[in-house]
Order: sequence, then C-alpha cells, then structure tokens
Amino acid sequence: MAKDKQNKNGVLEEVTSSEYKYGFVTDIETETAPMGLNEDIVRFISAKKNEPEWLLEFRLIAFRHWLTLDEPNWALIDYPPINFQNIIYYAAPKKKKELESLDEVDPELLDTFNKLGISLEEQKMLSGVAVDVVMDSVSVKTTFQDTLAKHGIIFCSFSEAVQNHPDLVKKYMGSIVPYKDNYYAALNSAVFSDGSFCFIPKGVRCPIELSTYFRINAANTGQFERTLIVAEAGSYVSYLEGCTAPQRDENQLHAAIVEILVMDDAEVKYSTVQNWYPGNKNGKGGVYNFVTKRGLCQGRNSKISWTQVETGSAITWKYPSCILKGDNSIGEFYSVAVTNNYQQADTGTKMIHIGKNTKSTIISKGISAGKSNNSYRGLVRVSKNADNARNFSQCDSLLLGDQCGAHTFPYIKTANPTAIVEHEATTSKISEDQLFYCQQRGIDSEKAIGLIVNGYAKEVLKQLPMEFAVEAQKLLAITLEGSVG
Amino acid sequence: MQKNYKKSFLLEQNLIHLFKEKKSELFGNCHPKVALSRQQAFDDFQAKGLPTTKEESWKNTNLSKQYEDIFQLDNPLTELDKSAGEIFQCDIHGFDTDVISMLNGWYYSPEGKQLQILENGIVVGSILEAQKAYPEYFDSYFDEIAKGRNHGLTAVNKALFRDGIFIYVPDGVEVEKSIQLINIVNRDEKMMINSRNLIILGKNSKLSFLHCDDSVNHNPGFINTLTEIYIGENACLDLYKLQNINNETALLNNTFIKQELNSRSKVNVISLNGGIIRNELNVEFSGEGADADLNGIYLMDHEQHIDNQVFVNHAVPNCNSSELFKGVLDDSASGVFNGYIYVARDAQNTNAFQRNNNILMKSTAKIDTQPFLEIYADDVKCSHGATVGQLDEEALFYMMQRGISRQDAYLLLMYAFTAEVTGKISIEALQSNIEDMIKKRLRGELAICEKCVLHCGHPDIPLEFEIDMSKV
Amino acid sequence: MLLNIKNLHVSINGKEILKGFNLGVNKGEVHAIMGPNGTGKSTLAAAITGREGYEITKGEIIYKGKDIRDMAPDERANEGIFLSFQYPVEIPGVSMTNFMRTALNAQREYQKLPPIPAGEFLKKMEEKKQLVEIHAKLTNRSVNEGFSGGEKKKNEIFQMAMIEPQLAILDETDSGLDIDALKVVAKGVNALRSSENGFVVITHYQRLLDYIVPDFVHVMYDGRIVKSGGKGLALELEEKGYDWIKKEFEI
Repeated sequence: MAKDKQNKNGVLEEVTSSEYKYGFVTDIETETAPMGLNEDIVRFISAKKNEPEWLLEFRLIAFRHWLTLDEPNWALIDYPPINFQNIIYYAAPKKKKELESLDEVDPELLDTFNKLGISLEEQKMLSGVAVDVVMDSVSVKTTFQDTLAKHGIIFCSFSEAVQNHPDLVKKYMGSIVPYKDNYYAALNSAVFSDGSFCFIPKGVRCPIELSTYFRINAANTGQFERTLIVAEAGSYVSYLEGCTAPQRDENQLHAAIVEILVMDDAEVKYSTVQNWYPGNKNGKGGVYNFVTKRGLCQGRNSKISWTQVETGSAITWKYPSCILKGDNSIGEFYSVAVTNNYQQADTGTKMIHIGKNTKSTIISKGISAGKSNNSYRGLVRVSKNADNARNFSQCDSLLLGDQCGAHTFPYIKTANPTAIVEHEATTSKISEDQLFYCQQRGIDSEKAIGLIVNGYAKEVLKQLPMEFAVEAQKLLAITLEGSVG
Repeated sequence: MQKNYKKSFLLEQNLIHLFKEKKSELFGNCHPKVALSRQQAFDDFQAKGLPTTKEESWKNTNLSKQYEDIFQLDNPLTELDKSAGEIFQCDIHGFDTDVISMLNGWYYSPEGKQLQILENGIVVGSILEAQKAYPEYFDSYFDEIAKGRNHGLTAVNKALFRDGIFIYVPDGVEVEKSIQLINIVNRDEKMMINSRNLIILGKNSKLSFLHCDDSVNHNPGFINTLTEIYIGENACLDLYKLQNINNETALLNNTFIKQELNSRSKVNVISLNGGIIRNELNVEFSGEGADADLNGIYLMDHEQHIDNQVFVNHAVPNCNSSELFKGVLDDSASGVFNGYIYVARDAQNTNAFQRNNNILMKSTAKIDTQPFLEIYADDVKCSHGATVGQLDEEALFYMMQRGISRQDAYLLLMYAFTAEVTGKISIEALQSNIEDMIKKRLRGELAICEKCVLHCGHPDIPLEFEIDMSKV
Repeated sequence: MLLNIKNLHVSINGKEILKGFNLGVNKGEVHAIMGPNGTGKSTLAAAITGREGYEITKGEIIYKGKDIRDMAPDERANEGIFLSFQYPVEIPGVSMTNFMRTALNAQREYQKLPPIPAGEFLKKMEEKKQLVEIHAKLTNRSVNEGFSGGEKKKNEIFQMAMIEPQLAILDETDSGLDIDALKVVAKGVNALRSSENGFVVITHYQRLLDYIVPDFVHVMYDGRIVKSGGKGLALELEEKGYDWIKKEFEI
C-alpha cells in the first residue's frame, strides 16, 4: 500500500515536472525604452507609435489616475510587491524599414514563430487562420489581411488601427473597460503598446478564425497589449489568442485589456490558450498575468462566449466578463485552469444580467497539482430589471496531491424575483478506483491521469476550435506531467 | 490618497466614553482572563472602530443607522416589577425545559439565584457569578475560542459585556431537560445590550439548548451577543436559536463552537422576524471524528435584513460538516448568506457540504449569497450549491387543479420549502411548534406577542393544511 | 349537458393549436379523444382546466351551463373538473396526505361544508388506496416524489377517487404503463363511472379503450375533431393507423 503510494507519487512527480518547452529566447535586436515609469515614458511610447494628440491625452489621464490607486489585494494570491520602476515598458524588435512582404521579416523572427508552431507564411497555413503576431510591445505581422478586407473586416495591429481607423478606435477604446476600472486597467491604458484590433461589419460572418499570438521575448519587459473587437449587428467572429514567454529567472509583468462590443444578433467567440512561462519547479521566475477582459452584449440576441485554457503564468488574475445588456443576450464562460508547482491562479468570470431574458452559463474546471493554489472567483449579478434571467454555474476542482489548494469563491447577487440562478461545485481528487480501472486495462498511471484529467476538462475543451483543442489537450497533459497521489 | 480614513460614529464615541467611565465597574471582581479580554478587546476596538460596509464581510449589511443612534448603553440592574416573572413562563406542549432568562442584559432568576447547581452537578447561572465561583473553568475555557477573532462589534461585546449566562455540564452527564434561554428586552428606552455567554460540555455529555431572542415591545434596540461553546470529547450539543424580534431592532448573534474528538453539534437557526439580524456561526474542529450539522431558516419581509455568516474550519482530518440554509424574502427584504468552508492542509478525509436556497417573492427583495470553499487537502469530498429562484409554477398549477387556492398552494409550497430544515429538528414537540410558527409567519399571523417567541399562552389558530398523521 | 365546447380556438404564444374544436359530453358518458401526436389533445385538457399561457381566442367552454373561461384553475377544480396529468409534477416536502386533505377541504369549503373529520378522511384514504392498489407507504411520501411512472399514474387515479369529480379528463393516462398497471388504472376508472359523471379519455392508443370502454370515439387532427363514431372507430384506427386520417384531411 505504502509502496503503491510511493509509486504514484513518483508518477506524479514525473508528470508535473516536465519542462516548459517555449522557454527559449530569440536573439534579436531590440529597441527599448529606459527602465521605469513616469509621464515621459508614457510620452515616449506615444511618440514611438506616432500617436495623435487625443491618444496621448488618454494615456496621460490614465497614468495620473493610476498613481492614485493601490494594488488590489483581495485575490487569493501571494507575491512580493512589484516594483513598477523596475520594468521596461516598451521593447520592440528592431525593424530596418516598413515590411513589404513576408520575405522581409527578420529570419530570426520567422524561425521563432516556426518553433512556436505558428507559421507566418500564408501559403503554408493549413487551416486558414489569420494571425496577428505581437512580440513584446509591437505587432510584427498580420496575415490574411487582404482576404479579410474583401469582406469589409478590419483585422490589424492596434497601432495600425490607430493610424488607419482612428475614428473607430476613438469611439470604442475604453468604452467597455474604462481606464478607471481597476489598477491594472489604468496601468495598461497608460502604457499599452500594441495588440489587435478587429472590426466585423454588419451582417458579415467572418470566414476564417482570427488569431493573435502574443510573445514576450525581451528581458525585464512588461507586456501591455490591448485588444478591441467590435461585432456589428448580425455578424460573427471566432477569435483565438495564444501566449508564450521565455524562461527567465525574474518575474515578468503582463497586464492586458480585452474589450468586446457585440451589437444586435451578433456573436463573438473568444478562445484563449494561455501558456506564459509559469516559473520553474521551485517557483522561481514566471509571468505575472493581470488581465482585464470584458465583453458588452449591447444588442438584442447578442452573444459572447469566452473559453480559456490557463496553464501558464506564475500568477493569473483574470476574470473575463460579460455585461448582458441587450434583451435575450447570452454570456458563456468555459474555463480550464491548471496550476502546478508554485503557480497561483485566481480566475473566474462576472456575468452581469441587465437585459430581460438574458442567459449565462459558467463551466469552470480547476486542476491543482504540486504546491499550487487554484481559485475560482465569479460573480453572477441579476439586476432589478433583468426579468427571467437565468444562470447556471458549475465549478469543479480537482486536487492532484496533498500539497496544493483548490478554492471556490462564487458571489451571487440577485434582485429580481423571476431570476433563476444555480451554482454547483464539487471538490475531489482522482479516484483510486478510476486509476485502478485504467491500470487494470493496461494504461499506466501517467497516461491514466492524463486521460482522466482530459475527460474532466472535456466540457470546456470541446468549446475550443479544433486545432486549439488538440493543442490544449497536449498542454494539459504536459503541464501535469508528473502529478497524482 | 486618503486611506484608512474612517469617520467616527456617534455610537463609537459613546462606547469608548462608556468604557473609560465605567472601567472600575467593568473590571471589578473580574477573573484575570476576563479583565485581559476586556482590555485587549477595547484596544482592538479603538484601532478598528465599528464595522462598516467597506469591510468585505460587512459589505452587504449596513448598520450605519444604528451607529448614529443614541442608545442607552449602560443598563443598571433595577428591581423588577412582579409581573416580569410572567414573561418567562413558557410551555410548549410535550416539551419541558429548564428556563433561564436574561432581562435587559442581566441574568434574571425569579428566585434570586444567580447560580444554581442542578442535578448531576450541572451548573447554570450568570457568567458574572460563575467567574467568581468557578475560576478554574474560566482559566481553561474563557475566551479560548473567541480570542483574537474580532471585528469591531465582537470587540465591543468583549470589552463591555455586562452579564451573560454560564452553563457547565460535567463529564458523562446527559442533560435530560432542554435548557432554554429567553433573552428579553422590555425597557422603554432604546437600548444596546452586550451579553456574553460561556457553555462548556464535558466529555461524553449531552445538552440541548434553546436560545430565544425576543422583543416584547416595538422600541428600537441593538442586541449584541457573543457565545462560546466548548464541546468536549464525544459530547453532543443540540442548539436551537429562535429569533423573533421587532422590526426596529438589530440583533448580532455571534457563536463560536469548538469541537473535540468525536463530538457532535447540531445547530438550527430560525430567524422569523427582526429589523436586522446577523448570525455569525464559527465552528472549529479540533478533534478528529467530529460532526457538525448546521441549518437555518429565514423568513423576511418588509424592510428586514438577514445575514448568516457560517464559517467551518476543518482544522483536523476525518470530520464532517453540513450546512443547509433556506430562506424566503418578501417585500423589500434583503438577505445575505456567506458560507465559508476551510479545509486545512492534511485535514484528509473531510466531508463538507454546503447549500443555500432562496426564494424571492417580489422584485424589491434581494439576496447575496456567497458559498465559499477554501481547500488545502486532497482527500476530501466537498460540495456546495446555491440557488435563487421562485416557487415551481408547475406545482402551483397542479395544486390548483386539485382545488387548492393559489394562496394556499403558495403557503404549502413555502412551508414545504422550509420543511427540509425543520425536519432536522430532533425534538419532536419543538419541531412541530417551530413548524407552526413558520406557518403562522408565512400567513402573516406571527406578531410580536407579549410572550416569548414560542407563543405559549396562545391557543393555536387551527391551520387547515396542517395535519400530523401521527396524532390521529 | 355536462360539458359543451363550441368552436374553441386556443393559442400558445400566438400560435394557434386548437382551431375550432367542438365537443359535447353528457352525464354518464365516456368520450375517447384519439389522434396523432401534436394535434392539440393536451392543449384541450389545459384549456378546460385553465392552465396559464393557453389563450382562448374564440369560442366557449360551457360547463354545467356556465361559461368557465374566466374561472381560476382551483375554482374549476372545485366545480368538479379533474385532470389526470400526463406528466404529474413532483412536489418535494408536501406529503400526499397533507396535500389530499388540503384539496378535499378546499372543495368542502367551496361547497360551504365543514372540514372533513380526521377519522373519516383516513378511512376514505384507506378505501381508495385499495381501489387503485396503491402501496400504503406511497401516501406517506411527498407528492409524486420518487414515484415510478406507473405509481404516478396510479396516484392520479387515486386522487380522482378521493376527489370524486363530475368531469374527469384523463390525459394519456395509459402512457408508460405496463399491462398490469393499465388494468388497475382502468379498474379504478370503471369503479368511478356513474350516471352522474362524465369522462374525457385522451389517448394515443386503442389499448386503454379495451379496458375503459368509451361511448364515443373522436379523432382529432390539426386542432379539431375530424371524425367521430362509436367504439368501433378506435379498432379501425388501431388497424389502419392514423395515416389515412392525415391523407384525408391534409389538403
């Protein structure tokens, strides 16, 4: 029996201890801002990007507001204070000139993204996914822009959007996540460097998946990107986001904003596979991931669906939310969050029901291993006028090993008597019976754990677009390599 | 950046003033641990102030009206008029209890006995007397559970409590009759009452205890009670809290329970009426194999507010806890449920279950429910659930098709909704009495009566849908 | 006439389901209403019993000489209309005994009678339980909670026996029953048949009608009765199926 336990721990150890495979650094010439943060840095970033006066003004107001704020401390995460003066707020791979074609992209860069499994060469792409690639503070390449333009879809880097579609950016930026929203939103609004912009015009169903790939490369830098998606009436888009970072001993800060606006009868599906460097086995290094993601279902019958697979980052602080303002609008949140070693995740969602007949679904699967802590934190609010609002939440936690923690913090606020809100949660470990059953059928414990965990997360994984789902499944197995007792 | 700035409330100032003014009285004849607790709590209170909605656990319960009110804070023990004895008569058919009473914040015994020794060595009486008579119990138990666990109002209680009850059940004694505490306020002034109770159950003992909070008039008041209960090895506690206070009164009922090896507790909190009621129930397992079954019903209407904070600390392995709180909120009533299950590292083989179900009757009623789990051990079975909804329309139609009026069908369904909790009351006579009270409450017939919460003096109004087949 | 439905049009959410339905039921008669799925049979039951969401846009329902369209469901029930539900709802926490007693007393109050004495009530319960061969312990449980499909249907007939309605509507009471349960249910119904009450038996299959022999058989299609006859019609339907009816009326 004791021996059995030992064996299993051994397997766990093995499963959880595998290496982060995206930890390499690209040797590329990088242009950076001086370390630290003040108004001059904000002006420097704005000037680098050749921004109009109003945008600089926006940044400065946000920066001044940020100075008045304290770091939030309500999440169940523990980390030494961040020295915001010890971060470089702008880093860009040096370009020789404006890129005319893919041939002119630095071969080092191309190689980097090939290693990450992302091909920037359109002809090589099998599935037809348009990709915007953001490295450190700038977008390096957006593919398939021409094809999309034929449908009237704008998909480009945020910087390009500022230059080419200033009216749209001005109109929508900050309308869903205002700079005052929270500490990290204010910080991002002051120093954001790039990101993606996506506009789907009325009645258009985006024919391909849109995708942004974020990569932190330079040392000591923070990444502060913004994404803005506007879906006009009757439109549809599926958007994917992936992230990796090199393996470094110091912590790196990532504070992003994602804003989504959805009009009548439109739908946005937003999928994330977050795999920032999680730090090493002893909890050294890793990305601090503080992200504000929010979508507004403004129109009638509009829909936002968030799917996230969170495997990376030393710290995750992230609550993709839906404001269900339009009557009959729908919000969905599907999440798998895996933490291992010393990772800490405090993640969940907010579903704010304002319109009538609004519906929301929350499926959250937390998996903790090693010495990690994994919390679900979610708010369901039904406002006074949200007649017939419906919410169903299922938040399960799976513990692998006896040194980790799994926590559930649901907040339910209801002020409408016709609302039905249901929350269910369970916490358990992989059952010995399940493991034994698999073993008896000849499946070794490591594979069995992978199987069981994938089964456990299936409800969420099936929400992902195909190519992503396969990737995510592998990622789950890798993240947990070495973990059940 | 104005941080930690906090306005000083009138009540805060008055309480600080009172402490300083009455210091010699409060500390006179005090057991050293009581004195220490008073002073520490006072210092803590001066640092913290009264809890406001800025504090996470008070976010949804606002006492600012009380904080700016002028209360009679020091209630001198006066001679009681003779009729006061009447107040404490309470006969529940088939349910015989030993009644002890608190009147306006002071332990009251019609026979003038401040401390009594019942059969088998059970001690019951005033905490003030007990600290003198049984210092050894205070050495071992007083403030051992509640120590350091303060918010502003617990600190106020600890610093300023005037009296309270003390119960000691010796090892191996099973208290046959339930002990019933009736807490009554009948003064004409607005009063704030701080009372502190200590209950000790020795090894292998058994006690069933009813804690009734009741108003006999409609004067505004502020009742702040702190109870420490120590359940020894293999001992068993049944605790019932019945709350039926007027709409102008705020009640804070803070209970700390510590459970030793293989002990059992069963708590039922029945909140029927009250302006603002906040129940804080803290259960800590310090011995393995312990079991806690915590249940509550709240039926609120008008502008009433109910707040149940239930914290269960699975500090050791092999314990079970179960929480079931159900409530109906009508009119502009508001409710809060904050359940917190904490499972410590290595508290393996823990079973923890938590559920909160709510029915909102009107669009002006609201509920905030937060069923939290914080778990650091892997061999656990924990689940929680919360729902907010309405009565089942299908069931309503079904009943109406059988000829039952919509209103009666409503009542039946609401009653059925609460039956899951009342069904857990193990004393049959008490169960049927509480069920009756709930029916009356649902029919709007439960008023603040001149008697205690159990409506002893009143013949029951026949209730048509009430049938207890066991009695036919 | 006990029940007289004239040119009844009923809509749900603006969609018309009954489109000019006519039916007359006299005391002492059993009418079977048959027809393929989705022709409005259950809508008819809902409309007669006054279920919310079923809007009568045209026509009338005359019961014992009174138009009952504006009556609440409980008032109709107390007037003697009983529905055996196709899908009886579970009501946790409400015991069968308590429920039945409440229902009987509501009816008695309506008739300005005093509540039923406990002894009499219990006796009646025992008696009727035997009639439908319902297990004694079922009545100690919550209404329909954890009952099997067959038990639920028996429970409906048991309640009918207790309430003794003047007009009973049996909505697919045979669905989900094995042959033994079906016989029990039919036996219960037959025992209650008298010259004073009428039955409307809604069923998809002829099977039930072997045991509850109807005086009239009506075939419903697309929201109205398209064919009426004696009990022989049911046998004809059994043999030919509903397709010939569909063909006949689908243009």
